[in-house]
Amino acid sequence: MKIYLLCLAMIIPAQPVWAELSGSVSYEYRHFPNQARYSGQHEDNSSIALQPEIHYQWDNGRQLFSFVPYIREDEHDDARSQTDIRELSWLKASEIWELRVGIRKVFWGVTESQHLVDIINQSDLAANTDGEDKLGQPMINFALIGGYGTLDLFVLPYFRERTFPGEKGRFHGPVYVDTEQDAIYQSEDKEKHIDYAARWAKSIDVWDIGLSQFYGTSRAPRFTIGLNAKGQAVLIPNYDLIHQTGLDMQATIESWLLKLEYIHRSSDLESYAAATAGLEYTFYGIFASTTDLGLVLEYLYDDRDQAASTPFENDILLGLRFAFNDEQSTDALFGVIKDAEKGTTIYSIEASRRIGNAWKLSLEARYYEEVDTKDQTLYSIRDDDYIQMELSYYF
Amino acid sequence: MKKILIAITLGLLSSNICFAQTAEEKGLAIAVEADKRDTGWQNSSTEMFMTLRNAQGQESKRQMRTKTLEVSGDGDKSLTIFVQPRDVKGTAFLSFTHSKQPDDQWLYLPALKRVKRISSANKSGPFMGSEFAYEDISSQEVDKYTYKYLRDEKIDGKDCFVMERKPTYEHSGYTRLMTWMDKEMYQARKIEFYDRKDTLLKTLNISGHKQYLGKFWRAHKMEMTNHQTKKSTILEWKDYQFKTGLNSRDFDKNALKRLR
Repeated sequence: MKIYLLCLAMIIPAQPVWAELSGSVSYEYRHFPNQARYSGQHEDNSSIALQPEIHYQWDNGRQLFSFVPYIREDEHDDARSQTDIRELSWLKASEIWELRVGIRKVFWGVTESQHLVDIINQSDLAANTDGEDKLGQPMINFALIGGYGTLDLFVLPYFRERTFPGEKGRFHGPVYVDTEQDAIYQSEDKEKHIDYAARWAKSIDVWDIGLSQFYGTSRAPRFTIGLNAKGQAVLIPNYDLIHQTGLDMQATIESWLLKLEYIHRSSDLESYAAATAGLEYTFYGIFASTTDLGLVLEYLYDDRDQAASTPFENDILLGLRFAFNDEQSTDALFGVIKDAEKGTTIYSIEASRRIGNAWKLSLEARYYEEVDTKDQTLYSIRDDDYIQMELSYYF
Repeated sequence: MKKILIAITLGLLSSNICFAQTAEEKGLAIAVEADKRDTGWQNSSTEMFMTLRNAQGQESKRQMRTKTLEVSGDGDKSLTIFVQPRDVKGTAFLSFTHSKQPDDQWLYLPALKRVKRISSANKSGPFMGSEFAYEDISSQEVDKYTYKYLRDEKIDGKDCFVMERKPTYEHSGYTRLMTWMDKEMYQARKIEFYDRKDTLLKTLNISGHKQYLGKFWRAHKMEMTNHQTKKSTILEWKDYQFKTGLNSRDFDKNALKRLR
């Protein structure tokens, strides 16, 4: 680590052409209308998060240094109180390649309901169960760029364990995931197993296509039952080695977006395919206003059926996205994910609005209905409907 | 002798064509000349400041960095990086404009590190909640309109051509645009926008023209007033730079994620 920092210090010129310090600090309040099922859980929770960002850019934008630490302090859940380095990286771009070294975040994919293809970064499920929050991933990423598109090659020398809500947090069943003790790895190298990934991406006319391959430690664990320090039963994450092939594509035609994500994943224990296919249509300026209304329809499939590790083996998402295009950039997304066979239904609302020039108010709510016992991960949190308000200040 | 005769005849013929020029032909000729005079700048980068004012006089500010690449034979490529308001800092917008086909557009969301291909059908929607629509700020290609020269008129003591433009692309919010084009600079000084019902929607006043590289004019202030909502937006430019060595690699999806 010291050598790595020294290298960075040598790369950064003494007088950067362009530098900035920015970031955000947010206060979040969650209310759970249903009484907690397990001892130590609460109906109300406050949390504060700080994420400063430092960026140095020079060489006419062809070199960039970024440092983004992240600190969260949670009122009740120790597992949610954490410090992470989301980014600590140096990037250099030439005419035909880009080299990106350090801790970074990379996103792959096109769909809205779930991100199957996206595999480089570990999910920070303690921060939010929707999986959109990610932990920083150490990597060497070399990209070849040309008329053939972009070919990204990744060497991922260190594995990050998934975070989960702790014993005193909501969103867990009778046994919580204990991340305090060592996880179980298939590889003898454990978290030091070197993972590899490659992705080719190209825009051709109305199409944006990505083809990817990953070999290494699965970001999504299996679980086995173990005991915590107090002798209580807990879930211990088991990380297998997997191969994953992914395809993501989108066609953008007039007001239509047609989307597909497909993965094939195999380990020593299982081999399966999963897909998300859908479309998005936007009505611009509805009712002679400046408001845009987007309709999102997606089908979520997993060929393991009820044995799937996610509850989305045969489900449909219907979403309504409102963008008011006002000075405060007000927007709202209403979504329903319904199981095609069973009763399981998830309702969600996400809305936000800027206040003044530096503040933003966000609202998030989720409601679970008729959760089937077969949808295990959702069944264990069926009483954890919540409404969340977040006030952020940007500097 | 024969050659001279032919030359004179040709000269007469062409001047005849000139006299017989219809209002549409003259309008198009003005647009072609304006386009010709603004060819060869290769690439530019600038800082954009936007002040939004609502009917009650409340203001909000926007700040962006814009890089533009001239593409011969097609529309320009542009990359806009948002600086203010701070909650959208780092958000970037990449656009490949085309004269005939719909534009290609991508949006980069820095919090998710996600590049989204977005529909370019949203021509008439407001840009960043302002009175400028996407179609007002995108690259102006000759083929995007039909033209009709109407008359000559002075604006601020400067001689201008007054012409009517009608969008040829789909999804425009306008039936026509009345444009006052400075005869010396071949740059617009004023534009009136008529909505789909052909009523006056907005007026754009353009000022602070400065010449760069001894050739290319750039306006430094634009004030758009919406007559129907009584809102207005002022756009100002600072620090224009040309030929800074930018090329197509600074206008691809990789650059979108990289530039701050």
